[in-house]
Amino acid sequence: MKDVIIIGAGTAGLTAAIYALRAGKSVLVLEQGNYGGQIINTPKVENYPGIEQISGYEFASGLFRQAEKLGMEYRNEKVKDIRLDAADGDNGEALSSADVKAGGKIVETTEQSYHARALILATGAKNRPLGVEREAEYTGRGISYCATCDGMFFRGKKTAVVGGGNTALEDAAFLSNYCEKVYLIHRREEFRGEEKLVQELQKRENVEFLLNKTVQALEGNLTLEAVILRDKNSGEESRLEISGLFVAIGQMPENEVFADLIKLDDHGYILAGEDCRTNVEGIFAAGDCRSKTVRQLTTAAADGAVAALGASQV
Amino acid sequence: MAALHLTTENFRKEVLEYEGTAMVDFWASWCGPCQMVGPIIEEIAEERTDVKICKVNVDEQPDIAGKYNVMSIPTIIVFKKGEPVTVSVGAKPKAELLALLS
Repeated sequence: MKDVIIIGAGTAGLTAAIYALRAGKSVLVLEQGNYGGQIINTPKVENYPGIEQISGYEFASGLFRQAEKLGMEYRNEKVKDIRLDAADGDNGEALSSADVKAGGKIVETTEQSYHARALILATGAKNRPLGVEREAEYTGRGISYCATCDGMFFRGKKTAVVGGGNTALEDAAFLSNYCEKVYLIHRREEFRGEEKLVQELQKRENVEFLLNKTVQALEGNLTLEAVILRDKNSGEESRLEISGLFVAIGQMPENEVFADLIKLDDHGYILAGEDCRTNVEGIFAAGDCRSKTVRQLTTAAADGAVAALGASQV
Repeated sequence: MAALHLTTENFRKEVLEYEGTAMVDFWASWCGPCQMVGPIIEEIAEERTDVKICKVNVDEQPDIAGKYNVMSIPTIIVFKKGEPVTVSVGAKPKAELLALLS
């Protein structure tokens, strides 16, 4: 039995590992992809206190090395289910071992099962897909969720950004430096993002706003060639020829596997306060997967520390 | 063996005219997810001597990236007898990259 099992090896998960290890606990970190989380996509981090500038990759690999040196056990496995050990369950089965007495949690992955005294859920969030047909097929073939990563492949071409928040506005501004034309597709009349950014874009000759429109369909052969837009007011459909579509419609959590046991909010984020405690004793939520208002590198790290110190007392 | 760095000069000989299986990692130095995948590609290069493991720097070799419609990095393309057979986009863990070879 492990003292603490952490699900997710982003900033929150790895920070939790460091704190729990330094508290003398045995720690297993489970990650379905590569470690590092979303910060990996950020070329320059310039708002982490005490570090003037660092790349997301350097930051994440530094965290990973630090946790490894402290004795973290790390496994590349996908979690299928978590549940309480029988002793904790409703049926109150007989206690059979010291482990069960400790109120264990079971984590089942695609490979095997693990026992832990405490769990920290640090599953983060992922880019929200558009939800149109053939989206996966065109990902990396014209559809991208990261303008700063993939923008250079569309130099001199026509592209579009979907979204109305700051990320969409910033992506459009970034792309307009390279692309012949950038369309900004937004489903509403007004942008959620900062007015200053909107004004900045209005000044750019190669940026055009397509408001009250949604993406209905994707067209192309090997790569994306056009999108079909639908006007929300008139219901009319139109075809827009572009080679790149940058999707910037926010983030979404991935907490479905915990939903039977753990209370989630309406958007699927784990309900837990600043103490990171979920509705189940001994199970904590840390970082972007938790229901909260600010999602930054610093708040992910902070959650990691809070959850680990809580979990170390279980 | 370390991964082989490809250019427009050696691409034909090393990949298109190669009779076996080649795995090509399209990357750039400024790309975080590529840096994540880089060490995994090198590990595979050491372990899988039956496969030719190669890298294409998309900044230095835009023609090769363009020819294979690489529009997001990292992109990994597996070639068999010079023909691209599998394309994988995004930073995947080692097990998933190895699965591309099976």
